[in-house]
Amino acid sequence: MAGSSELLSAAPIPAGPPLWLLAELTYQCPLHCVFCYNPTRHAQVTDELTTAQWVDVMTQARQLGAAQLGFSGGEPLQRDDLEELVQEAHSLGYYTNLITSGVGLTPARAQRLKDAGLDHVQLSFQDSTRELNDFLSHTRTFDLKQRVAKLIKAHDWPMVMNCVLHRHNLPHVRKIIDMAVALEAEYLELANTQYYGWAWVNRDHLMPTREELAVAEAEVNAFRAEQDAKTEGHKCRVLFVVPDYFEERPKACMNGWGAVFLSIAPDGLAMPCHNARDLPGLQLPNVKDVPLADIWQRSNAFNTYRGDAWMKPTCRSCEDRHKDFGGCRCQAFLLTGDPAETDPVCSKSAHHEKVVAVVKNASKNRHIPIVFRSDAESRALHEPPRSAPAAVAAPQGGAFTASGGRAP
Amino acid sequence: MNPLPAQPKLSRKFRLQFEPAQEGWVLLYPEGMVQLNPSAAEILKRCDGSHNIDAIVAELETAFNTQGIGPDVRNLLEEGQRRGWIE
Repeated sequence: MAGSSELLSAAPIPAGPPLWLLAELTYQCPLHCVFCYNPTRHAQVTDELTTAQWVDVMTQARQLGAAQLGFSGGEPLQRDDLEELVQEAHSLGYYTNLITSGVGLTPARAQRLKDAGLDHVQLSFQDSTRELNDFLSHTRTFDLKQRVAKLIKAHDWPMVMNCVLHRHNLPHVRKIIDMAVALEAEYLELANTQYYGWAWVNRDHLMPTREELAVAEAEVNAFRAEQDAKTEGHKCRVLFVVPDYFEERPKACMNGWGAVFLSIAPDGLAMPCHNARDLPGLQLPNVKDVPLADIWQRSNAFNTYRGDAWMKPTCRSCEDRHKDFGGCRCQAFLLTGDPAETDPVCSKSAHHEKVVAVVKNASKNRHIPIVFRSDAESRALHEPPRSAPAAVAAPQGGAFTASGGRAP
Repeated sequence: MNPLPAQPKLSRKFRLQFEPAQEGWVLLYPEGMVQLNPSAAEILKRCDGSHNIDAIVAELETAFNTQGIGPDVRNLLEEGQRRGWIE
């Protein structure tokens, strides 16, 4: 492999098309969710791509073969050019997904997005109760989300309702399902918290016990059986995103590095995963400087963990290496300090006991204060105190230490 | 399992589209994509709500100069119904 200081690789690994383009239009968000996966250094990212630059990215990605396009963030409705971008994406032939908190989806904007050709809306809820929804997002948004859900259905969009699960709302899982059914969601994504970004900072506070998780999963399975027995009426498909700390084998993260998924951050950084910004040793290319075909096919960043040549012996000798691709690089880094390690979720990992210990101690760490996502907390985590000399600025990786230590 | 509809129609929740980069037809739906094999694509293209199943079979047998594909077409349609592609 070429030296990591080179942006483009001299010997790239052949890759299929990027089928999924995730356009993170902005990190700005009116909500303050404690489990947000955005990078905690979001407040430093201010140089957002322009409308024309996004259109250029979408055009290039479509030529490479991207068919699914997610408009995400932050809150993508914070961009007032969203309608224009959706219209461009629609005319390019993308299937367009808006991934939103609902804040900013007024009746007028919904109509404009419908006219622009938006195909689908994913709406997040934090819980089935106003109290917990509003607490976890640190905003009064529960009633607004109910209104937005009705607006989505009034515009005849298929709706995915998304709810991130953790120890606070796992006991409400049946009520969350009932709410999704009542709001006529076609799909409910019950996404057990993945511990990156703000969720990593709040991990020990949010972690459920194995028992809490088992009870919730039984409720989900009971609902699925009810749905299977139903022959008519509205059906809601429930996806239960695996809580991977509780597993013995890692998730097939991104379906493999640089395999099908291409994420573009608000400032134009191109990433094989939306959490790759904090991985050490990656020189992430920017769409402002490098053509997307070169980024996808030839950049070192996209080739570093592509295929299986990069794997350590534990993964390379494993028969599942083309099934789970060694798991998640970000999780390997956060838990071991080395992004090329086997994901410690895997029982074959020499670091697996760290994950086991976190789960085992889940009920003991609940006194840890919760940190709400905000610009002020972002700066507190990543910028040096004003009185301190520059030499003590937060190192690469910020609050995350090699031992998997917690943010202050 | 419900019986197959007399005149199957692709669900409006799915979009059937040819993808040059994949050299094939796909079904697109919220945050997902099904990559279809050529026969599945040819069957689903004809699920427009105006052909009945026998007409779909007859048209395919003529177009591809073959016969006896009725059971295969019904199997695919049943699979599609189970997965919500057709209504």
